[in-house]
Amino acid sequence: MDWNFVQKFAPMYVTAAGLTLRIAAIGILLSMAVGMLCCIVQSFRVPVLRRIAAVYIQLARNTPLLVQLFFLYFGLPKIGIKLDAEHCAVIGLTFLGGAYMAEALRSGLEAVEPSQREAGMCIGLTGLQNLRYVILPQALATAIPAVCANVIFLIKETSVFSAVALADLMYVAKDLIGMYYKTDEALMMLVAAYLVLLLPISLAFTWIERRLRHAGFGDQRSV
Amino acid sequence: MADQLLEVRNLNKSFDGAQILKGVSLSIARGEVVVVIGPSGCGKSTLLRCINGLESIDSGEILLQGQVISGQTKNLHRIRQRIGMVFQSYDLFPHMNVMDNLLLGPMKALKRPRAEVVREAEAALERVGLLEKRDALPRQLSGGQKQRVAIVRALLMQPEMLLLDEITAALDPEMVREVLGVVLDLARDGMTMLIVTHEMRFAEAVADRILFLEGGSIVEEGAPKDFFRAPKTERARQFLHTFDYEAR
Amino acid sequence: MQDLGISVLFRGKNLIRLLGGLGVTLELSAVSIVLSVILGLLLGVVMTLKSRVVRAVCRVYLEIIRIVPQLVLLFLCYFGLARAFGIQLSGEAAAVIVFTFWGAGEMGDLVRGALTSIPRHQIESGAALGLTKGQIYRYILIPQTLRRLIPQSINLATRMIKTTSLVMLIGVIEVLKVGQQIIDASRYDTPSAAIWIYAVIFFLYFFICWPISLLAGRLEKKWQA
Repeated sequence: MDWNFVQKFAPMYVTAAGLTLRIAAIGILLSMAVGMLCCIVQSFRVPVLRRIAAVYIQLARNTPLLVQLFFLYFGLPKIGIKLDAEHCAVIGLTFLGGAYMAEALRSGLEAVEPSQREAGMCIGLTGLQNLRYVILPQALATAIPAVCANVIFLIKETSVFSAVALADLMYVAKDLIGMYYKTDEALMMLVAAYLVLLLPISLAFTWIERRLRHAGFGDQRSV
Repeated sequence: MADQLLEVRNLNKSFDGAQILKGVSLSIARGEVVVVIGPSGCGKSTLLRCINGLESIDSGEILLQGQVISGQTKNLHRIRQRIGMVFQSYDLFPHMNVMDNLLLGPMKALKRPRAEVVREAEAALERVGLLEKRDALPRQLSGGQKQRVAIVRALLMQPEMLLLDEITAALDPEMVREVLGVVLDLARDGMTMLIVTHEMRFAEAVADRILFLEGGSIVEEGAPKDFFRAPKTERARQFLHTFDYEAR
Repeated sequence: MQDLGISVLFRGKNLIRLLGGLGVTLELSAVSIVLSVILGLLLGVVMTLKSRVVRAVCRVYLEIIRIVPQLVLLFLCYFGLARAFGIQLSGEAAAVIVFTFWGAGEMGDLVRGALTSIPRHQIESGAALGLTKGQIYRYILIPQTLRRLIPQSINLATRMIKTTSLVMLIGVIEVLKVGQQIIDASRYDTPSAAIWIYAVIFFLYFFICWPISLLAGRLEKKWQA
């Protein structure tokens, strides 16, 4: 192991990790928004839109991110839509993640007792108020484990962005292997980078899940 | 019939081809307590749910203070603000503590100021003996306590009337009393109520009028004294008879 | 030349080549899935053991496959092993090793989950009916475990099929790589080939994974009660 090499190139990994995290964060936030939208459209049975949402969810869940990315990055420019690697990455991740988040949220919504909805109606809440104060808080609490799993899954999926020349962690590692033949060092730093990135998140999520399970509906924020 | 608060005219309702309510008509005066009894599956709960717009109706009319409220879809929440309902399964919001359960409707649906509602909520909790539970979560309460909170939650909307749907059916016997006590108090204060229950003694004590519902229509109607001592119809006689056996 | 890009697909042996690439994808998936299921079943039983050491090892193993992206594992196996032990693996072999390592862990966790989810009183009520231990397994435990397990493992299988698309990045000639070659070869006469070829591959994956997902959903719903 060449520690000088490690020391010299570690900053590259830090920069790349920053990019990975940034893309992941934006993609995950947008995924949540898309997922929420799909979920609402489906549970309110909005005509047409709910069919579109259903088709989208099936398409995104049953195809690999890499193929989606190649289509965006190499395919779309042929019909005049040119996207840079970063936009491709965010769009690809959102396309994939939105469908997964929609499914997670939907299962959360389905777990809310129908009588809760009625109870909200009976104290005169409008449909939206009922959703906001009664149904969504409960649905989200139930959906949290699945949402957490999706977050980790999506951060991991960012590793394929190197294939569309985005200078993420994977890309830096490949670069170093190609240029300097320092395979051991490059790979070690790659694994270390993902561990540093994801281990705390994974442990935190495990902790949250355990708390949720034990507390049932514990200390939710009040109205 | 000057002061009829609620009127139901010739209400029909079916589910999947089975007719649950067959031309039910009734009216309730302001301050009156009407108890609906009858065998399970006779349509009692459906009747209450139709009045509150939780179920759509096939035909007929429902009027609140002379104003037709049935067949609307737009302003249902406004109507529900005027009619409180309490269910068998309490249905407190599990993610909110007792006080937040009570505040939600008045603050969000009625847009009333928090401080004012808190004061009312505390007074109401005090009255049902649950003031010290104001910060408790629903899962920390017993069934009887939950149901009392649910009643208070409905009352804080200052409804013109209350619908109570078998509110003691899920409770252990020793808790039935504390809940029914609260309802008796309300009756004494002049709250208009339409109650579905299986507690015959309670029905006799609280009701101004009994409706006996069977097979989706009102078979008999009368003052509790008359109904329980000397039912006019054979059907009601049989029904009360089975209850006597169950009770003893 | 306003030739529609899709015509590339029907030129020469392109379609057959693409389907051949799909064959490689499916073969890699099938081998990895079968190995994962076999190893996962064993692993899942091991995971239910009370031993602390076993638990700690399993925990670390699961945390690794949960955290390290499959692509990184592929690189580790393909480039790392080659250097560390001087073994020159083919891309296909590396892929099968990595997907089995990953799939067996996930499968094991599913098996453990299904086994531990069955309430104790199920066993007790079986015993109360006078069933022997074998009968309790045969009629009570195994059927209930399978009902939970089968939909989840079918879902895992679709995830594995999708993940095999990554192996092109370590040089395996599968459907995506073949697609790339076709696009490169027709770069001058059909510049718009890329969008068509990638769209075709997108739908190839979709029409393989979608029916499988539907089946899993159907079974899950059917066995929920």
